[in-house]
This record gives sequence, structure tokens and C-alpha cells, in this order.
Amino acid sequence: MDNSHKVVIIGSGPAGLTAAIYAARANLAPLVIEGEPSSTSDQPGGQLMLTTEVENFPGFPDGILGPELMDRMRQQAIRFGATLRTDRVTRVDFSERPFRVWIGDEELRSDAVIIATGAQSLMLGLESEQRLLGHGLSTCATCDGFFFRNHEIAVVGGGDSAAEEALFLTKFASKVILIHRRRELRASKILQDRVFANPKIEILWDHVVVDLLGDTKLEGAVVRDVVTGEEQKLAVSGLFVAIGHRPNTDLFKGVLDMDDAGYLLTSHGTRTNVEGVFACGDVQDHVYRQAVTAAGSGCMAAIDAERWLEAMAHAAR
Amino acid sequence: MAEHIITLSDGTFDEAVGASSEPIVVDFWAEWCGPCKMIAPILDEVATEQAGKLKVAKLNVDDAPDTARRFDVMSIPTLIVFQDGQPKKRLVGAKSKGQLLAELDEFLG
Repeated sequence: MDNSHKVVIIGSGPAGLTAAIYAARANLAPLVIEGEPSSTSDQPGGQLMLTTEVENFPGFPDGILGPELMDRMRQQAIRFGATLRTDRVTRVDFSERPFRVWIGDEELRSDAVIIATGAQSLMLGLESEQRLLGHGLSTCATCDGFFFRNHEIAVVGGGDSAAEEALFLTKFASKVILIHRRRELRASKILQDRVFANPKIEILWDHVVVDLLGDTKLEGAVVRDVVTGEEQKLAVSGLFVAIGHRPNTDLFKGVLDMDDAGYLLTSHGTRTNVEGVFACGDVQDHVYRQAVTAAGSGCMAAIDAERWLEAMAHAAR
Repeated sequence: MAEHIITLSDGTFDEAVGASSEPIVVDFWAEWCGPCKMIAPILDEVATEQAGKLKVAKLNVDDAPDTARRFDVMSIPTLIVFQDGQPKKRLVGAKSKGQLLAELDEFLG
């Protein structure tokens, strides 16, 4: 395979695939390096691969399943001539042009690069976590909810993801305890209303999880009241973590400007501090983080890249 | 589904796994699980490439909940490697082909 490209897109969530659709339609024959299978939300298709119903993506009045939406975007990108590779980028060198991107030992070159590597789920940071992941501790309600039919379980978090997971899990569980470290939810109003109206959901305000119990499978969680410091045990057999995300920017440390939390900094649309490298989607957005805003910024990145490549070509003439 | 992959049910599980002369990897999966779909093509490839050394089987947890419960499967995809009818290794979550082959290396003799 020829290793020189006009545009390489790293990542394949709504941002990366929308960038691919636009870049392909601009005859830039983009290569999308879509990532490798994983269950930590940095997989091909991005975070929507771990969700069920997406109700707020315009054009789908009856909702659409996250994985199906991503499959459709993927087909759309392929239809216009994008090439997709199910691999993980292991190294980049943006110090000279053409830029270089590696997949293991394989070196690829590209005139422009669009970064759409997204974000992955944060874990609790407890020692017991690795031992119990997959044994009652989960980061994917849609994957694992089925195994908790008639169980009492808990969800940790207070944002949209936590609210969605809690609501989804009521289909299986007899009771869902939503553990949140504050006194109010950050989730959108419509989700909050559904959470409050659901008789199976009980909210434990002002609490954090400080330990997990059980050797080979989860038997409970120890929670602490952040106001009084008081601790108690919850006898839950399932614990679902939805406490937020961290951007997938380890590859770009010391190369691209990022904020303290590791989100890439962009200006004038989707430009990073390296001319010819663009960023879109959750990797540069810790404010909106929606499928539709990711897709929108993916479109912007493709247009920015196209215009920049044109200007470069013009300057070279 | 690839010709090398065996489909198991609650009824056929014990016999198929017990009678296997090679190590057998059982993929506990379901239709509604995104990460399960992601690893399906990888398992197809592994089944074909490692034929003779390793068998690959799939068990749909919707259709075979008893077997899933018996092995305490609480997250999918879960892959369990059986040798001489006994579970020897358990891998939870989707993995790349490289990671999967590295985890299975000890069974590929």
C-alpha cells in the first residue's frame, strides 16, 4: 500500500468519520486510522459504540442505536472513497512536513493530519478496580446490564452518561442506586426528570465510592458522605462507573498544545499549534461533548484541512 | 460466520468443550453488545489461522443464560479458554488481534 496521503484522520467517532466524509467528497482520499477494539470507549466508532438509543441526533425522530449510527457514518465515509484501517497509531512526528504517523513499525506520511481520537471513560482509581472489572464492576451498561436481572446495583456519576446508564439499567435491576458526589445532577433536564420519576432509582447525594468489596466478584461498595465523612456499605452486586472522561492525547504530549486536563487546544476553527494538524470532536472539547457537535467540528476540520492544503499547493506554484 | 467457528448452546456446551482435543476459546457474546461485534471478525481470523492448534466457539448469552451464569460471566465479551474441559484462562473486554494472540500464546504450543 502506498504510504503517502493527503489527509490522515486519526480516530473514527462522529468527528473522525464526518471529517472523512467531507475530505473524501473533496477528493482528498483520506485514510482513517480508526483504532483497535477495546471496551474502554477508545474503540473504533468511539463512545457511541457503548451506548444504546441516541435520541438527540437530528434526523432520527425515533432515535437510533449508537452502534448503528456509527455503522451508517462509516458506510457513508466508505461510499465517498475514504479508506479505513482498524489499527492504532503508536507514534507521530509533526516536526516536519510531510507529517509522519506510525502504526507499529509501519510509517505513513501525510500532508495534513486530523486528530479525532476522542476521550475514554475515567475509572475510580481504586486498587480493587482491576480485580473486579468484569466481575460486577463495569464501564459499559449496555454490555453488562443483562447480567444483573433482579439485582441491586449502583451507578456512580451525575452527568448524562450516568443518568442514561441508571435509566437503562432499571430494565434489568430491581433497584439502582445513583451515587453522586454533589447535591445536584449535571445531566440534562429531560434525563433528570426521568431519573427522578423512576421508582427503581434511588439517589445517594454527596457520596463518593472509596472501596469495593469482594475477592472474585463484587459483593458491595463502601461509600463516604463527603459532607459528614461518614462511611457505609452498600450491598450491591454490580457497580457501573460513569464519572467522566479523559481525552486520548497521550500520543501528542509535548507535540501539541493542550490544557491542564490534556484536551487539545484549537484556534481559528480547528487549527492546533502545528500548522497542518487539525483537531475535532471530544479530544478538543470538554464543554459540549455531543455526537452532533463532534460531527460538526469534524466537518470544520475537513474544510480547514482542505483549504490549508489548497493554499499550500497554490504557494508552491 | 466463518466455517471454523463452532456455535454452542446450553445443551451442547459440556460435550463440545469436554471432547475437544485442542484448547477451545469460548466467546460469550450477544447481539446487543457493540464490543462483541468489534471482535467477531478477529475471532473469525484467529479460528482460521490457528485451526488444528486451537478451536474457537461462540455462545450467545441470550440463548444460553445457564452456561453464562455457571461460569459467572458478568460482562461481555468474555472469552474463556478451556483445556481438557476445564476453564484455564479468562479474558474480559474487547481486545485487538495482537493483544488476543499474546494472551492465547501459552495455548498455541
